[in-house]
Amino acid sequence: MELFAILALPALAAGLALVPARRALAAASTVLASVAVLVLAIRVALATAGGRPVVAVASWIACDGLGALVLLLIAFVAVTSSIFSWGYLSRIVDAGKGPKLRRYYSHFNLFLLSMLAVPILAQVALVWIAVELTTLLSVFLVGFEGTAAALEAAWKYVVLTCMGAAIALIGILLLFWGMTTAGGGPFSWSNLVAAAPRMSPALLKTAFLFVLVGFGAKVGLVPLHGWLPDAHSQAPSPVCALLSGVETTTVLYVILRLLPVLQAGESASTWLVAFGLVSVGAAAFLLLQVRDYKRLFAFSTIEHMGIIMVAAGLGGPAAQASAAWQMLSHALAKSFCFFAAGAVLLAVGTRDIASVRGLMRNSPVAGIALLVAGLAISGAPPFAVFLSELSIFRAGIAGDHLAAVGLLALFVVIAFCGVMQQVNRMVFGMPPSTTAVPLPRSCVASLAMAAVPMLALGLYVPPALERLLGLAGTALGR
Amino acid sequence: MSGSAAVLPVFEHLNGLAAGLFLLTAFALVAVRQVQACLRIFIVQSVLLAASACIQAYSQEAVHLFILGWITLVTKAVLIPWLLRRTVRREVYVRREIAQVLNIPSSLLIAVALALFAYFIASPLLAVADGPFPRVNLPIGITGLLLGAYAVTVRREAIPQVLGILAMENGAFLAGVAIAPGLPLIAELAAAFDVLIIALVMGLLTRRIHERLGTTVVGEMASLKED
Repeated sequence: MELFAILALPALAAGLALVPARRALAAASTVLASVAVLVLAIRVALATAGGRPVVAVASWIACDGLGALVLLLIAFVAVTSSIFSWGYLSRIVDAGKGPKLRRYYSHFNLFLLSMLAVPILAQVALVWIAVELTTLLSVFLVGFEGTAAALEAAWKYVVLTCMGAAIALIGILLLFWGMTTAGGGPFSWSNLVAAAPRMSPALLKTAFLFVLVGFGAKVGLVPLHGWLPDAHSQAPSPVCALLSGVETTTVLYVILRLLPVLQAGESASTWLVAFGLVSVGAAAFLLLQVRDYKRLFAFSTIEHMGIIMVAAGLGGPAAQASAAWQMLSHALAKSFCFFAAGAVLLAVGTRDIASVRGLMRNSPVAGIALLVAGLAISGAPPFAVFLSELSIFRAGIAGDHLAAVGLLALFVVIAFCGVMQQVNRMVFGMPPSTTAVPLPRSCVASLAMAAVPMLALGLYVPPALERLLGLAGTALGR
Repeated sequence: MSGSAAVLPVFEHLNGLAAGLFLLTAFALVAVRQVQACLRIFIVQSVLLAASACIQAYSQEAVHLFILGWITLVTKAVLIPWLLRRTVRREVYVRREIAQVLNIPSSLLIAVALALFAYFIASPLLAVADGPFPRVNLPIGITGLLLGAYAVTVRREAIPQVLGILAMENGAFLAGVAIAPGLPLIAELAAAFDVLIIALVMGLLTRRIHERLGTTVVGEMASLKED
């Protein structure tokens, strides 16, 4: 029942947002719907953590540990992002432009709906469609500001990810073929895992590679990442938080779902580790030369997607659980990063790193937020990313994957230096003479809200969440 | 379902004909120079996809493949061209030459290499094949997918890029009707709907770009990069 409600609420809010009433109606209904979705998602997560997967329609709409984790992440970022939108949009959309605002909120809710559908749907073909819809429903959010650069970013985004989706489609159809030859049954994730040993290994491997390359384009794997820094820097900041924080994770979730299907041979994990390391390495070096602080965080997303893939590819329960943990900490920290970036943009009005100086004196809230964001995303203690990266290294060393872990650690350190060097330059020093604009209250509130779990989970992980992460980890293996 | 009865050779030949012509249209999409011609070729390709689905529906007495064939015909051969013409202004179509990164002869050479590559991917899978339809449709479908991807990367004009993406999906579905005829109808319906949304969203975006920048040569937009 909860699962149906989770899908119905954003649809309802998308409809309400279109009602031509006061500006606050669209914003308020979006916030309320996402809070309600979060409450329901927590209930689903608690139920699954207690060992009872939530099933609405067997093999069609169901949620296990891994699904519940992704669902929870999407729902949490949706709440903070919708609160941040309230103040952010009031600044960037002029008072007279009600229709533009309503369009934003209706697209925002539809985008949420398509993302929430991915972990909830258990039927693989429908999951493909949901992933495709996450692109199509977010295109106009990426191009929302209507500048030449934003439209260029939106075009690259839709072309590359739709090409990827078509490639992934062949992979999904091949898997269905494999199911038919292995005796049929409903085309759900759990059935796929059960039928995998009876399928031809050549078919499984080809299908996996099609899905990896196709959806990899949407996750931002190097060398298919070209669109990602553009789209994730041109969209309005609350949308960036969703795109970077959870959309990439949601698509990566679909790729990782195939890991247990592929366990018959070693090849899948090798591919994941190789692709992941290339992404982490390339992103770490690309980070060093950015000039736009939103692009900085976008490259860091590519880095983190690579880290999760390496962790999942290392194999073994400990590494798999740490991959799930990294998904969690990345989503929390990255959404905070983009809220901080949005706050800086509102305060100083430029995305150029070189022209931002002395934020701490000019706009203390934005300055502190940016500093915390930099520390949190690059893996400094005591934030959640620090612990999850540490657990990946520990699991890797215990599993005797020294070369992979060594490279990973090197790249993570390079990325740390890259992020912190740029953030330092912006936060400290003497500010230019112009005074910063004060931030809207809702933006400050959402920054505070997003910071809480990011910090708290670096210090203490509640037992229910730990069980959920464990379950999510097991779902990545046979 | 497949394997239930022997396939009559006449259906096998008819399907071979449809798939062969499909392969030709996939090459033609790389070779033509005009936006209008691209759109016409896409329509022909979609009709051939629908034909292949209907031939297999007859031969296997599968009702939902029939429905799939008709949905394909209506959405891809009628609705999508109509949508693209509605959303995008006429002058986009009137332009004769499509700006292209590589010239046509070298493009065709690369296309042949891609087709060989597609057969290379498909041949180990065909060991699993138990019917005559996957044997024909799977390699040709993958070829259609790769050639569509190639068309998207070399074309600089917006509408041919959209058509390239839609042709990629056509390729995937041509393989799909043969290898996954049992896919639930709701998934097929959703996929048809999804293709419509692709055309609508990309058409609207093309219109916005045209209004804002006065051009639809999207391949030349390059303001976003480091340095």
